[in-house]
Amino acid sequence: MSSVARAWREYPGKYNLEGTRCGNCGMIFFPGRDFCPKCRRDSIGKMEKYRVRKDGEVFSFSIIHDAPACNSFLKPYAVAMVKTGDGVLVEGQLVDVELDKISIGMPVRAVLRKLDEDGASGVIHYGFKFVPAL
Amino acid sequence: MRDVAIIGVGATKFGELWDRSFRSIGIEAGMKAIEDANLSGGEIDCLFIGNMSAGRFINQQHIDALIADYSGMATNNIPAVRVEAGGASGGVAFGQGVMAVASGVHDTVLVGGAEKMTDLDDTSINTVMDATADAEWESGMGLTLASLYAMIARRVMHEGMATREEIASVAVNSHFHGALNPGAQFRKEVPLETVLRSGPVAEPLGMFDCAPITDGAAAVVLCPLEEAKKHTDNYVRVAAVAQGSDTLALSQRRDITTFGATVAASKKAYEMAGITASDISVAEIHDDFSISGILALQDLGFYKRGEAGKAFLNGETRVGAGRIAVNTSGGLKARGYPIGASGVAQIAEITEQLRGKADKRQVPNAKYGLAQSVGGTGSAVTVSIMEAI
Ligand SMILES: [Zn+2]
Repeated sequence: MSSVARAWREYPGKYNLEGTRCGNCGMIFFPGRDFCPKCRRDSIGKMEKYRVRKDGEVFSFSIIHDAPACNSFLKPYAVAMVKTGDGVLVEGQLVDVELDKISIGMPVRAVLRKLDEDGASGVIHYGFKFVPAL
Repeated sequence: MRDVAIIGVGATKFGELWDRSFRSIGIEAGMKAIEDANLSGGEIDCLFIGNMSAGRFINQQHIDALIADYSGMATNNIPAVRVEAGGASGGVAFGQGVMAVASGVHDTVLVGGAEKMTDLDDTSINTVMDATADAEWESGMGLTLASLYAMIARRVMHEGMATREEIASVAVNSHFHGALNPGAQFRKEVPLETVLRSGPVAEPLGMFDCAPITDGAAAVVLCPLEEAKKHTDNYVRVAAVAQGSDTLALSQRRDITTFGATVAASKKAYEMAGITASDISVAEIHDDFSISGILALQDLGFYKRGEAGKAFLNGETRVGAGRIAVNTSGGLKARGYPIGASGVAQIAEITEQLRGKADKRQVPNAKYGLAQSVGGTGSAVTVSIMEAI
């Protein structure tokens, strides 16, 4: 079982898709980074908090049939790489969707959902998942 | 830097070895390699052990000490180093051993790789595998390692780089060779239809697209090339070991139909060896998932983009069939995938090929052989090239 702090410190990213943007070259990162791998030391102190756009389209996807124990009640479930409106790739689950209707290019948006729980007495994790955008 | 030779190799049978413990398989492989090198064991002055996750598979950390102790090497108090790089643990351990000899710091080095997976239940084993991806932003969000490779496969098909049949034929190729390898976990050919119809794991990949859960160990003995003859007449030269890195999470890359780490490591390795991809006649590649085989043959420069799948489907990659035989050991899919052992087992297979000791799966007159070991979704890759003497 992980500590509560481990989940708590990631809330900005997990709840609001908060990443970072390099103040030097403008590159957007999700998850956030402490410096820009392209600008290196030129970006230190210039990384800004940046909320990635919640709209996007499916870049690739898979339907999981063989799942970790914590997600076994979901089987089968879909996961996707989504290219957001900012052009950033974000990985997450794709829910509220007919599994055989998913396709590359399909418009989706991020919503807040329950991810899993850390045993019967541990933390319940929440975070973003994607749903079809209408 | 000194030239380095491989003077001995050894491996256990790969499979579900219910009656064998981690230490027992690790020692068996090491003793076989030492015997093959005509040594007693007392000559070894450093140990490297590739092992991904004994901490989670058997609750044992400090694998370096365990192996040094049970191999009898702790009596000489020699240094022992455990190396972890996800699925590339064995390949990276081999690279560290080669560097230790090449640099002149050590003279006779044993590189082992071992993983005991079946002491843990199946569901937990998969969770350990998933931890080689980004634990916070991939596996922590409900993605599995198989689903990441499945998304690569989906994208490969979408971009017209390979068809589903071509991807599945990577597994067919590995099983063709596994049937010829007495040490393999699965000694049975598998028709394309079976791979395509196997139960889904992470669509579009099914059970037969995925390497199995395996116990096993492998080891090689290294020494300076100029001293190899003192021990044996049948040795091979290490022509190159190169390593590349890439982002931990797949989402951090622009193109997921190629592994930049393989491209970088192979480019460097060919340069070090003074050869090109066309000089390689036998290769062991990291087919933890069938799709990995397509990426590997293209990223290693053996085939152009869009051509690797056709080569697998046509059977060109089989021993004796084309210009390059791929995964003559059976690969990770059929020989088995005891994670930390695989990178070292690949080196052992290439060594046997270059020594002309690969029996029914022998590639005739092989001069150069290559091994590719991959961690996570291409986040760490080693490419090693061996040359027949
Ligand atoms: Zn920048």
